[in-house]
Amino acid sequence: MDLTTIVQILDSMMRLSTPLIFACLAGLFSERAGIFDIGLEGKMLASAFFSAATAAVTGSVLLGLLAGLTAATLLAMVHGVASITFRGNQLISGVAINFLASGFTALIGQNWFQLGGRTPSLSGDGRFLPVDLPFVETIAGIPFLGKLYGELISGHTLLVYLALPTVLLSWWILFRTRFGLRLRAVGENPEAVDTGGLSVSALRFQATLICGLLCGFGGAYLSTGMAAGFIRDMTAGKGFIALAALIFAKWRPGYALCACLLFGLLEAIAIRYQNIEIEGIGTVPLQLMQALPYILTVIILAGFVGKAIPPRAGGIPYVKER
Amino acid sequence: MENAALARPSGVAPAIELRGICKSFGPVRANHDISLSIAPGTVHGIVGENGAGKSTLMSILYGFYRADAGEIRIHGQRTAIPNSQAAIRAGIGMVHQHFMLVHNFTVLENVVLGAEDGPLLAPALANARSLLTRLSEEYELSVDPDAIIENLSVGHQQRVEILKALFRQADILILDEPTGVLTPAEAKHLFRILRNLRDEGKCIILITHKLQEILQVTDTVSVMRQGEMTATVKTKDTSADKLAQMMVGRKVLLRVDKTQSNPGDIVLETRKLCVIDAHDVPRLKNVSLSVRRGEILGIAGVAGNGQTELLAAIGGMTPASGEIHIKGQKIRLSGSGADPRVRRQLGIAHVPEDRHRHALVMEFHAWENMVLGYHNHRSFRRGSWFMNTFVIRTDSMERMRSFDVRPLLPETIARSFSGGNQQKIVLAREFSRSPDLLIVGQPTRGVDIGAIEFIHQRIVDLRDAGVAVLLVSVELDEILSLADRVAVMFDGSIIGERDIKDTDENELGLLMAGIAGGPA
Amino acid sequence: MTAIPRWADVILVPLLSLLLAFLLSGLVVLWIGENPLTALFIIVKGSVGSPYGWGYTLYYTTNFVFTGLAVAVAFHAKMFNIGGEGQATLGGLGAALVCLAVEWPHWLLAFPAAVIAAALFGAAWAAVPAYLQARRGSHIVITTIMFNFIAFALLVYLLVHVMKPPGQMAPESRPFPPGAHLPTAHEMLAWIGIPFSKSPPLNVSFLLALVACVLVWLLIWRTRLGYEIRAFGHSETAAVYAGISPVRIIMLSMLISGGLAGLMAVNTVAGEAERLLIDSVQGAGFVGIAVALMGRSHPIGVLCAAFLFGILYQGGAELEFEMPAVNREMIVVIQALVILFAGALDNMVRLPVERLFAMVRREAS
Repeated sequence: MDLTTIVQILDSMMRLSTPLIFACLAGLFSERAGIFDIGLEGKMLASAFFSAATAAVTGSVLLGLLAGLTAATLLAMVHGVASITFRGNQLISGVAINFLASGFTALIGQNWFQLGGRTPSLSGDGRFLPVDLPFVETIAGIPFLGKLYGELISGHTLLVYLALPTVLLSWWILFRTRFGLRLRAVGENPEAVDTGGLSVSALRFQATLICGLLCGFGGAYLSTGMAAGFIRDMTAGKGFIALAALIFAKWRPGYALCACLLFGLLEAIAIRYQNIEIEGIGTVPLQLMQALPYILTVIILAGFVGKAIPPRAGGIPYVKER
Repeated sequence: MENAALARPSGVAPAIELRGICKSFGPVRANHDISLSIAPGTVHGIVGENGAGKSTLMSILYGFYRADAGEIRIHGQRTAIPNSQAAIRAGIGMVHQHFMLVHNFTVLENVVLGAEDGPLLAPALANARSLLTRLSEEYELSVDPDAIIENLSVGHQQRVEILKALFRQADILILDEPTGVLTPAEAKHLFRILRNLRDEGKCIILITHKLQEILQVTDTVSVMRQGEMTATVKTKDTSADKLAQMMVGRKVLLRVDKTQSNPGDIVLETRKLCVIDAHDVPRLKNVSLSVRRGEILGIAGVAGNGQTELLAAIGGMTPASGEIHIKGQKIRLSGSGADPRVRRQLGIAHVPEDRHRHALVMEFHAWENMVLGYHNHRSFRRGSWFMNTFVIRTDSMERMRSFDVRPLLPETIARSFSGGNQQKIVLAREFSRSPDLLIVGQPTRGVDIGAIEFIHQRIVDLRDAGVAVLLVSVELDEILSLADRVAVMFDGSIIGERDIKDTDENELGLLMAGIAGGPA
Repeated sequence: MTAIPRWADVILVPLLSLLLAFLLSGLVVLWIGENPLTALFIIVKGSVGSPYGWGYTLYYTTNFVFTGLAVAVAFHAKMFNIGGEGQATLGGLGAALVCLAVEWPHWLLAFPAAVIAAALFGAAWAAVPAYLQARRGSHIVITTIMFNFIAFALLVYLLVHVMKPPGQMAPESRPFPPGAHLPTAHEMLAWIGIPFSKSPPLNVSFLLALVACVLVWLLIWRTRLGYEIRAFGHSETAAVYAGISPVRIIMLSMLISGGLAGLMAVNTVAGEAERLLIDSVQGAGFVGIAVALMGRSHPIGVLCAAFLFGILYQGGAELEFEMPAVNREMIVVIQALVILFAGALDNMVRLPVERLFAMVRREAS
């Protein structure tokens, strides 16, 4: 394997990890506040559709992003109303949101564009285009660094560059601000927050809102950054992989980044090598590579790689004791 | 009004004044026309049975519930308290029975939570740290501000709760059953803190059902019964007997009618019984004890000193090491065969401490609960797969009748029964299968006074029928009135064992605090 | 007490949830620019307006009864089995392997063999997540989701690399032998002289679904195992006190659940396609969630809800034909809304009903 191949795989890892990072951080905020969210997938899908659809109609990717964020946030609010206001089952609500997004985007997509659920292909200002960082030309001549900088670091879309600072920002918010302290407290012991004179519902709604926004970025990236348009069910399980990454990371932002990069790398390898020949064993089929993130997740979940302890109040609706 | 006069010295506005507070939950009148007035610099006790309405009243004061009628005045100002925030603003602080702390946060983080003085954490924590240090020195409330809550003892956690209230500049402090989880020494320290606070001019409201504490620490005391405030008196003008009478409205039966015990063969014997919990913390350490036919061994101790684990180990709910012998036969303590089902077959009946979590499936009908744990019994089967629901229903009806369960309707969901009747269902199930050994934890917790007498009598009857009884209770009175012998648990071990005739409250209290003085 | 009468709990509240879901769906149809009442009429007419419609409706109902019961049994043990899709996929594989294994002389032999194989394969696919939940505490919702993806990858691999006859393009197995053909409704009704439409795939599996309802009812409310499952589902701590092993209950309830999900594939693989296709489950595993929630995890409720979704699926196909602007995905939206209202927003529907009953009671007294 030469340097070019490695750089290409890592480059593709960066792109594939980006939606996972956004979704994983989305889940992080929600679950740290005690709201389980298996509807990341649905929120990303809704955002992917509405950002691509809006961008296709208006020709502006920024308007598209705005539409995507709105759609994902609206679904997040549905989840909030169900699980906070009406104290419903958060898992069931998540399932409902996934189906709602899947059915609704396909229904409306066909109705609007008559392209079998696709949106028209985006081009020009309709999508996020690669950004060339400065000095690419200048250091292109330097043997190793030039290639690394020019091909791996430079040339991604805006949202990819946004993903990394978002990790840092999330960490800062959670662990360095008053809001973060309260958010973490409400995920561990909502009663303490309530008796402290704070509103449990308000905090949880805020977390759900942030979750929706971040899912919105992830979804918009899928259809307007990574691809040039929306395809039916294009999230293809990414929301669930992000959820797995969150568990792998034990609900911590830095680890979440690492987990997302790992799963992105796996996907990059699977895409590059359809069938991997391993000497003495034979061919590793494509399907195994595709299933590998899920298999790894199960192994992680089985607790063979350390024990993941979720926030204590996670998944439990808050009811004031009588 | 009598109480208003007594609590208002020389024209100072009362720290807190309630006028005609009413609160109903559906048809249940939790609080009815409650009026109360407490001067600053007073420790005021509120006593009453479970369900007398104490907690509801305090929840209204702290903004958890809104009163249906009546008004609250703080320092003479009429004040609405729609939520906890308003209560905090009005200078009310509350130390709940179950601490409201975030277990994986530091002391400092818990104290500032909700009272941060800026959007950034670092400066808020720094400011809080200096104030916290000052407060802890002022009131003997020393705790390490950087300690993680789950690593602190309950006594220290309680201090954090008090600090939380003081940090929010509370001058009315409500404590709900604060000594339930404390050792006598810790409780003594708490009372010293409370007196310090009172001398600073703060108003302390102490809710408890322990009359001794009222007499020790309060200046004035109110008694609640069935949602009403029946009396408010100066503490020095009253006595435990008088308070007890006012609480229940009739003379309390302090001792159960029971004859001298007549112990027979050893039924239960444990040797060096140990239990280690899921976090590798030893909870039960080398406990050796024995119970004979026809006697009651009482296990006294402050809650959380290994009693729960002792019951669980004997009942087969948790794996243990060491030895347990039942009727001379050594039994398995871990792996297959070490489960509650096998224990029942050995003749062990188990009335667990926590009725709601363990003894009953709250969503099940009474008749379904009546066979919980015995559902595999041959007489309840039809074929090898099915249950004989007809037999179970008729059988349940009989048992419920003999234990006077009301309403006498086997189709009722367990949750719909009162606490006392739920407990009777459990006892009916466990008592009537002629066990050799009965292990019973907190038999009268959350049970009304009428049912307490009934339950105590049944336990003694069972003893007289030749059953070995192991009784765990945190109520020393209960141990003293029922047990023939008493063993005191402290920190997972038995720190002392006495014949009931050779001991008294004081000695047992010292043992409960871990002071094993005197001849063993 | 705020309790409401049983009939309101099991009938009124689910019906109100359904009504809300339909109302919202109607608004969506209106937004698309079609008349929701016309759409409803087409759905009803297309599903129960002809023997042909009935045949398809009950065929779909069969699928949803199995997957709905699967979710319901797990619900009783407080396990949320989202893995019905994967378990049914494996069930299909099992049924196919058995049907292809020998030249079956008669369906009376092939049918039970396929049933057993489908149930065993489905149960086996549920076994791993169940074991991980019981022994390692891995959240069953997440693991069953992962197993759905893994099952699909496995099926694609087997069809593409192993089971596809050489030279064939489509990734599907060879057709089953004629002896494994299950009698259709047309054939069975002909035995007793009733004419029935020939084309719908409704087959003997429907009767199996009805039997499964009865058996599940007996299991949950009449057997010792059912008692233990319910006790565990309501209160794990009380179950432990009663000597009920959590590991045993999680394993057994999930195995039964997986087995039921697997049985669904007998209907589609052995009953309809008579070969193993890539998508023999058709999302029925997920519909099962909506069915179980609607049916309050009771076999009778599940049967009714499954029939309702049968109507929607068959009627939805007709709708797509007659009203092209409203495509099949409309059904997924309705399904999502049913899950939302009957499941997650249960309190939103229930609390007003409770208040209403409390009011009526106060008036009366």
